[in-house]
Amino acid sequence: MDIMQLVVSGLANGCVYGLIALGFVLIYKATEAVNFAQGDFMMLGAFITIWLVNAEYMGLNFWVAVPIAIVMMGIFGYLLDVLVVRRLFGQPQIAVVILTIAIGFVLRFAVGAIWTHEPQLLETPFAGGIANVGGIVLGYEEIAVIIVTLLLTGFLFLFFRRAKLGKAMQAASQNQLAAYYVGIPVKRIQSLVWALGGAVAAVAGILFASKGAIDPSTGLLGIKAFAAAVIGGFGSLPGALIGGLIIGMVEPFAAYALPAGYSQIAPYAIMLLVLIFRPAGLFAQMQNKKV
Amino acid sequence: MSLLTLENVTLRFGGLVAVNNVSFHVGEGEVFALVGPNGAGKSTIFNLISRFYTPAKGDILFNGETILNKRPDQVPSLGIARTFQNIELFEQSTVLQNLLVGRQRHAKNGLLSQLIFSPSVRDEERRHRAVVEEVIDFLELQAYRDKYIAGLPYGVRKVVELARALATEPKVLLLDEPASGLSVEETQDMIFWIEDIKKQMGITVLMVEHDMNLVSAVSDRVLALADGKELAIGTPSEVQSHPDVIKAYLGGTGGAKE
Repeated sequence: MDIMQLVVSGLANGCVYGLIALGFVLIYKATEAVNFAQGDFMMLGAFITIWLVNAEYMGLNFWVAVPIAIVMMGIFGYLLDVLVVRRLFGQPQIAVVILTIAIGFVLRFAVGAIWTHEPQLLETPFAGGIANVGGIVLGYEEIAVIIVTLLLTGFLFLFFRRAKLGKAMQAASQNQLAAYYVGIPVKRIQSLVWALGGAVAAVAGILFASKGAIDPSTGLLGIKAFAAAVIGGFGSLPGALIGGLIIGMVEPFAAYALPAGYSQIAPYAIMLLVLIFRPAGLFAQMQNKKV
Repeated sequence: MSLLTLENVTLRFGGLVAVNNVSFHVGEGEVFALVGPNGAGKSTIFNLISRFYTPAKGDILFNGETILNKRPDQVPSLGIARTFQNIELFEQSTVLQNLLVGRQRHAKNGLLSQLIFSPSVRDEERRHRAVVEEVIDFLELQAYRDKYIAGLPYGVRKVVELARALATEPKVLLLDEPASGLSVEETQDMIFWIEDIKKQMGITVLMVEHDMNLVSAVSDRVLALADGKELAIGTPSEVQSHPDVIKAYLGGTGGAKE
């Protein structure tokens, strides 16, 4: 049962990585910008929720606070595009990369200045609960992470397949000029994609902070999620999630089997292997046939 | 009656006057062609109507109302569709998907009913399908319906772009060099289609074209431009024989006989 325990905790971590990677891919597909602050978006979303929920701050009801935090992060993503990122339109890609890395730094230190650099835990209604499923002990938090990830993935799947807005986002990412001429307001759509990226990051942050303490430097986790997105084939939404799950699963097993220190290398070693043997990522093939 | 009107439109790029005080009107049901050497301002006029550029002077009217207060993405919903000289399609989508995207502006249902694919969404989707299938039949694209654009030959893409424009059920169709890059046979097909678009569908056509064979075959009136200025306007044969037009094309001194 030891192994099952590792699998479950890996799965729960992997879901969070997968959701951050999803944010990377969403924004990359729609705007061709890589948002290296995606991990810090996640961290900011977590801290906004902690600020709203925890007794020492606002002390709001958890179920009231969560939608507020998600909407706030959505607005944050939208405004960041309108006020900052859009101004680099037409500049070389590297400019956007450096910009988002800088935004990440700013967020980390701003959050630290507002809510301190101490690790904090989100107070959730399901904290500490334990379920025993067929001999495997599962924390309620882990179950919640897995269920929420599945629901969010399902929602995004339907959103891109059926919703007018989701289709408009795909169209704008494939050909901006053509999108304009079928009546899609391309710039607004791109800002809405940033909003969606922010909202998804908020969900990831809430999940992360409910199953373990978070501090501002946790935003650097984004690098691990970036590796997940690369493994999945950067551009494929299912690929991003599965990339996240792979990294999440590898970590606990590496920690279990390898000497301390080496386990930290495992996710990046896998990314390198994927880049060497399948440079377009695991799901690149699928992406060509189906977007 | 006039459907699309340009009144004394002028556009400058820095010191270059790309469009210089150009006026013309396109009547309902008419096929109107813009001709002229490269750099004459033909495509710029298209981009003005598509609202990518805003004129420094003058007005552009559609159905008697100015469109200068519209954004580029609002132009299609007025009933103005267009194609591009260099073909702008959604490459990683199928032909069918490309045509359906053009219909999405007609979507009326809310997000939730879209997600659960409610009966009203289903009905709407069916109507879109019906229109799109008609266009596919009309342009004989059945064989390519589920093919991805990225794998299609140039001539077929050109037709797909025309199909996407038609699928939006426009009142006026802007065609930017519909025959460029097409073989003689494909150009012949294009001539038939433009005639049918005019006669059967009653859609007004404004086009930019170099192929004088196609222009004379389908156009009711032709406007010749050079250096952003109007040279001549009239029937295809009138314009072709106009001395200023011959001069602009051949660089002669105006003594040509034709």
